[in-house]
Amino acid sequence: MVDVQIKEKFVAIVGAENYDDSKAGCLVYSYDATPNFQSMPDAVISPRNAQEISQILKICSSRGIPIVPRGSGTNLCAGTCPTEGGIVLLFKHMNKIIEIDEENLTATVQPGVITLDMINQVEARGLFYPPDPSSMKISTIGGNINENSGGLRGLKYGVTRDYVMGLEAVLANGDIIRTGGKLAKDVAGYDFTRLLVGSEGTLGIITEATLKLIPLPEAKQTMLALFQDLEQAAKSVSKIIAEKIIPATLEFLDQPTLKAVEDFAQIGLPTDVKAVLLIEQDGPVDVVEKDMQKMAEICQKQGAVSVQLAKSEQEAEALRTARRAALSALARLKPTTILEDATVPRSEIANMVNAINEISQKYGLSICTFGHAGDGNLHPTCPADARDKNEMERVEKAFEEIFIKAIELGGTITGEHGVGVMKAPYLELKLGQAGIDAMKAVKTGLDPNNILNPGKIFAKDNRKRVVVTQ
Amino acid sequence: MTTLKEQSVIQEEFEKRMDEDELLNCMRCGFCLPSCPTYVESGFKEAHSPRGRIALMKAVADGLIEPDEDVERSLDLCLGCRACEPVCPSGVKYGHLLEEARDIINQNKKHSLPVRAVRNLVFNGLFPHQNRMRAAAGLLGFYQRSGLQSAARKTGMLNWLPKNFSAMEKVLPQVPKLKEMKNRPSYFPAEKPVKKAAFFTGCLMDTMFLETNNATIKLLQLAGCEIHIPQNQACCGALHGHSGEKQTAKDLAKRNIEAFEKLSADYIITNAGGCGAFLIDYDHLLKDDREWHERAVKFSEKLKDISQILFELEFHKKVHLELPGQVVTYQDSCHLRNVMKTSIAPRTLLNSIRGIEFREMKDADRCCGSAGIYNIVESEMSMQILDHKMIQAKSANAAVIVTSNPGCLLQMKLGIEREGLQHKIKAIHIADILLEAACAK
Repeated sequence: MVDVQIKEKFVAIVGAENYDDSKAGCLVYSYDATPNFQSMPDAVISPRNAQEISQILKICSSRGIPIVPRGSGTNLCAGTCPTEGGIVLLFKHMNKIIEIDEENLTATVQPGVITLDMINQVEARGLFYPPDPSSMKISTIGGNINENSGGLRGLKYGVTRDYVMGLEAVLANGDIIRTGGKLAKDVAGYDFTRLLVGSEGTLGIITEATLKLIPLPEAKQTMLALFQDLEQAAKSVSKIIAEKIIPATLEFLDQPTLKAVEDFAQIGLPTDVKAVLLIEQDGPVDVVEKDMQKMAEICQKQGAVSVQLAKSEQEAEALRTARRAALSALARLKPTTILEDATVPRSEIANMVNAINEISQKYGLSICTFGHAGDGNLHPTCPADARDKNEMERVEKAFEEIFIKAIELGGTITGEHGVGVMKAPYLELKLGQAGIDAMKAVKTGLDPNNILNPGKIFAKDNRKRVVVTQ
Repeated sequence: MTTLKEQSVIQEEFEKRMDEDELLNCMRCGFCLPSCPTYVESGFKEAHSPRGRIALMKAVADGLIEPDEDVERSLDLCLGCRACEPVCPSGVKYGHLLEEARDIINQNKKHSLPVRAVRNLVFNGLFPHQNRMRAAAGLLGFYQRSGLQSAARKTGMLNWLPKNFSAMEKVLPQVPKLKEMKNRPSYFPAEKPVKKAAFFTGCLMDTMFLETNNATIKLLQLAGCEIHIPQNQACCGALHGHSGEKQTAKDLAKRNIEAFEKLSADYIITNAGGCGAFLIDYDHLLKDDREWHERAVKFSEKLKDISQILFELEFHKKVHLELPGQVVTYQDSCHLRNVMKTSIAPRTLLNSIRGIEFREMKDADRCCGSAGIYNIVESEMSMQILDHKMIQAKSANAAVIVTSNPGCLLQMKLGIEREGLQHKIKAIHIADILLEAACAK
């Protein structure tokens, strides 16, 4: 409960219509897309500008009230679940594209802009913003920046981090800072832009971003390669990269995932094969054609039973859309869909796919795997039932083994979903104690009262836990 | 207002009756958000989104929160357009959850006396009885023909009514005479019958929109169907089902199943997307009824919309369709599109009319705000949605807006009236325009 006097102060800042502490109003911001996490905030505030956020943060700092910034709540690490209560901060009023600068090739936006809306605006001008998380039709740029979201085009074009040039952010003490700018080169002090990207709302509240744009590629082609053997598909991925081709998209879907996706999308995906690769290349027409042909040959050499080129942009878009729906489509299978995000160097993708299969057999689980094979970022997904304690414990153990295996192969516990609460207990696996201490020092320095999205990234103890609540 | 005692009963019922698996099936990915008209129109309020509503239903069932006014408000503001269903990768059956939740709330809450009286009159006294529907429509016809209407309009008496009602009064179609409504035959032969079709005439369609029903019959004949119209059919029950009167809806469903199964027709045809979607869901409505479930499945399997059956029987290839040059656009009926999955057929049929230009309207798949009686009970939101719809209609620059459901048709007429575009744009049911195109030579 926010105390009455404090509530009055908040209302004075944002207006009564932008402050909600009703039970229903709070309940609908008690979750994000992460299974099994739910916690009620005390109030939900929708500020209209950075100055209001600054005033709100000053109050929160002095009173020790937790504050959780939230875009559309599509994240998968419980990063926006208000696990310690407090205020959920919404950006629905701060959703404008401020400027698209065609001379400097930048877009300046407010955090509440929907990713796809911005992409469409930018592409209408012949420009390109590559990061395309699967939730881009729903997600906000602010959310993407805070989680450093990836997407289907990550392998060739990088992730959100690679396109953030400058930020405006409000710090825990209410100070408003600006980092970077429309500058290709800028070494004035620490790179705070990069520090804030992926900080999951724990270091500051981002209120504006300047994003890098590039020219829109001239042409694009899409194809599906079908395999009757998982390893052949995985090996094709490594071979393509080894042949010095970097495709725009190189996605992997196994049979159970294909079945679930086809069940939803009904676009005639092959469900009788063990795996498919969704491959795309963009660029100048002749380069695209040459690369596509070469990749088709590589897949065939590895044993692909068929390689099919999309006949139209419509068909290609249907394939991409279907792939983006993979996770949610898997939710058809069982009530609780536990998804992971282990990532390995791409040369290790075949080893990782094999390891996931062995681990799922060992624990008697069916794990469906899909993901951005081209950048080593897989999404092993386990359809389970949260009401079945025994099964959830096996899921827990299986994922722990998957994480350990990923680290062993030179990988990481999360490629693009973030740490949040869900993966906090495993962070040490990747960073070691010294790494965690260094990060904590940054956190404490910028947010001494621990009000900015508390409980995220750093585990309270080292109890390993992805899904089992005790 | 619900009392605390009512709330606790409602909560218990939620725990007992809400389908836990279906609630859990929502993995909260949010893919539904952009498709939800009330989420967008409310300025992105999660409580007015499908994900938010499911979370609220689950929270009530789990005992996390009470079913207070805000929860009820969230459920009331839902159009029930079900646009969230086709975009849901997990396949959550949102419409079923909503219906169950509304039924629980309505059955366990004491409405104020006037509300109870109106609900009872409409849900039990009027719609289940076709003869009374006819009589009511007859009254309206009397009002229109007797000079009362022009008197009412002249004296400004209608201005006393809420703004929407007076506009609505203007767009109601000319009601046919009682005799016409009562004396239609129950069998129409085709020249060369290829299929046996049973026609679900609908209560509103068979009174106020009798012309459209007659057109539907002619189209079916042209497509090679003989048509049977079971006389003991009843209202489909959609209005009841969507308003928390499930028991009456079930009774009506049984009456209809009984009326139609005897005919053993190849198809059961409807020309109202709203009715069709409810009829096709009879198997779900009666899923717990051993005696009736199987019969309901058989009924649902035969159900098709008029545009779908014409498309399948290749009506547009057999019959020459032509109209004078004009731009024609199509507004989807949400239930026809999202529940009956019929969206290509009407467009193909319209595209086959020579002379006209079919132009797709942006967001044609988005609800127009009619949604049964939503435009009366939630008129503010409904009109906001309609205004945005009209912006799209205007930029499509069409002279004709085609729809496939009486509610949508009236709402589009209302939109045209509100914009003062009566002389530029007309709204018409797809059966009417198709018959016009088939006859015009």
